[in-house]
Amino acid sequence: MEIDPFIFRLSIFILSIFIGYFVVWSVTPSLHTPLMSVTNAISSVIIVGAIIASFSSLDGSSISFSNILGFVAVTLAAINIFGGFLVTQRMLKMYKKKEKKKNK
Amino acid sequence: MSANLSSMLFLITGVLFILALRGLSSPETSRMGNFFGITGMILAIVVSILSVDIFFNNLIYFVVALSIGGIIGGIIAFKIPMTAMPQLVAGFHSLVGLAAVLVAVSAYYSPDSFGLGTFQNIKTASIIEMGLGVSIGAITFTGSIIAFMKLQGLMSGSPITFPGQHYLNALLGILIISLIGYLIINQSTQIFWILIVASLLIGFLIIIPIGGADMPVVISMLNSYSGWAAAGIGFTLENTALIITGALVGSSGAILSYIMCKGMNRSFLNVILGGFGTDSSSKNTKEQTEQQPVKSGNAEDAAFLMKNASSVIIVPGYGMAVAQAQHALREMVDKLKKNDVKVSYAIHPVAGRMPGHMNVLLAEANVPYDEVFELDDINNDFANTDVAYVIGANDVTNPVAKTDPKSPIFGMPILDVEKCKSVLFVKRSMSPGYAGVDNELFYKDNTLMLFADAKKMTEDIIKHLD
Repeated sequence: MEIDPFIFRLSIFILSIFIGYFVVWSVTPSLHTPLMSVTNAISSVIIVGAIIASFSSLDGSSISFSNILGFVAVTLAAINIFGGFLVTQRMLKMYKKKEKKKNK
Repeated sequence: MSANLSSMLFLITGVLFILALRGLSSPETSRMGNFFGITGMILAIVVSILSVDIFFNNLIYFVVALSIGGIIGGIIAFKIPMTAMPQLVAGFHSLVGLAAVLVAVSAYYSPDSFGLGTFQNIKTASIIEMGLGVSIGAITFTGSIIAFMKLQGLMSGSPITFPGQHYLNALLGILIISLIGYLIINQSTQIFWILIVASLLIGFLIIIPIGGADMPVVISMLNSYSGWAAAGIGFTLENTALIITGALVGSSGAILSYIMCKGMNRSFLNVILGGFGTDSSSKNTKEQTEQQPVKSGNAEDAAFLMKNASSVIIVPGYGMAVAQAQHALREMVDKLKKNDVKVSYAIHPVAGRMPGHMNVLLAEANVPYDEVFELDDINNDFANTDVAYVIGANDVTNPVAKTDPKSPIFGMPILDVEKCKSVLFVKRSMSPGYAGVDNELFYKDNTLMLFADAKKMTEDIIKHLD
């Protein structure tokens, strides 16, 4: 009997939860805010769905309801992608080590 | 692009996102991590565009949508003050939630473009995943909006409760599950929209009873939800990148919620059921202790104490963020260091309104991150420290958490500020903190209360340090 592709996706999902679990525990607590902003940015990969929705048409002759939803979703996801990554970048730039003292 | 090739590339996107999170294990590698994240996102967008049939009209609108979003996002990212980070993240979560809803609705009306069957004849597995995705997305959307409004001060931060609240929520929860079940049998448009409306409503209802200082848990939880929503849509679209990302974000948010709950010694359920700090028992203790005398001092006293100390630990809390006192604080510390005072910072896990909130603010004020310590790493040092400077923190220093089993904060890990030789407590008034519990520390002999705005007091101290 053939295995349903759903099972493969479920396997990927479950294993990714475990990867997430271990990776996130190794994140230093001082970077928890950037962690939230970057997870927020990457969850906007939902733009992949928004792109399909934006171009869901048979011949491209008219703009459908689904297309409009797609465009709006693209805008929202784009705000998140640009906003999320850039604000993370801005935060991470601020984390500096102690300057080495000159008299040492 | 062939389906196999695009799947492979989506897998690479997933791997890049894992590396992005992995980079955050230390500040040195974090910037590289963010770069991986951006690369992964660009890859995902390019692959998706190459995988669909491009129509000119749609392309124009798509580019416009992407640019508008990009410009808005970019402006927000550069303009937002660091103290507003919690509400920004909450606001961003709401966008992910709404985007998930929109994608699901679009897939519901044009399933053929997504390869899911035809209208109202969608594959069973897909309609379940779609139902879950749209529901979690809607909950994330309204929940995050409420969290945003509470954090931004557009709405009172105190818990909003009413009789029968939990029953109503439970009822709505059951309704949502039944609706998803019913959707499998009958893919009617009405059912689909009722499901969305019910989910929007419950998202709103579960966040309103949760008070301001519990926001770290709420934000982490919504972070997690936005991940699960993405994963739900990922299953619907059979897209590996979305499934992996959703799982990563979902577990990340769940772990952060767990850490925050542990930082308050409360169960997740206790936080979610809300209404904390409003029970009458804690108010009684307040009345009992109100009469005790406190010692209050001024900036000059504080400056004198700290200048003559050999070590000082700074304990920042939400009040520092509200007063925007981080820069003044750093200036004060610089002055102290010139006087050969050893200074470090102690951060409680739930200080502020989101995980790591204090760390970001201190980093913004150019405080080197190796002077900032977590609770477990610094707690033993208080006993050998001359002065603790508590600025805008309250409940997280309250010794009652160790001594009074009846207190609502009993068992919460606290910073052992009381063990310092003297404690300087910057606070605007004697009002109790979020938990509604009076802080015993105020009445100790070695405590000096500095009644003022955190920023103003710190600036005054700087003047007296010269």
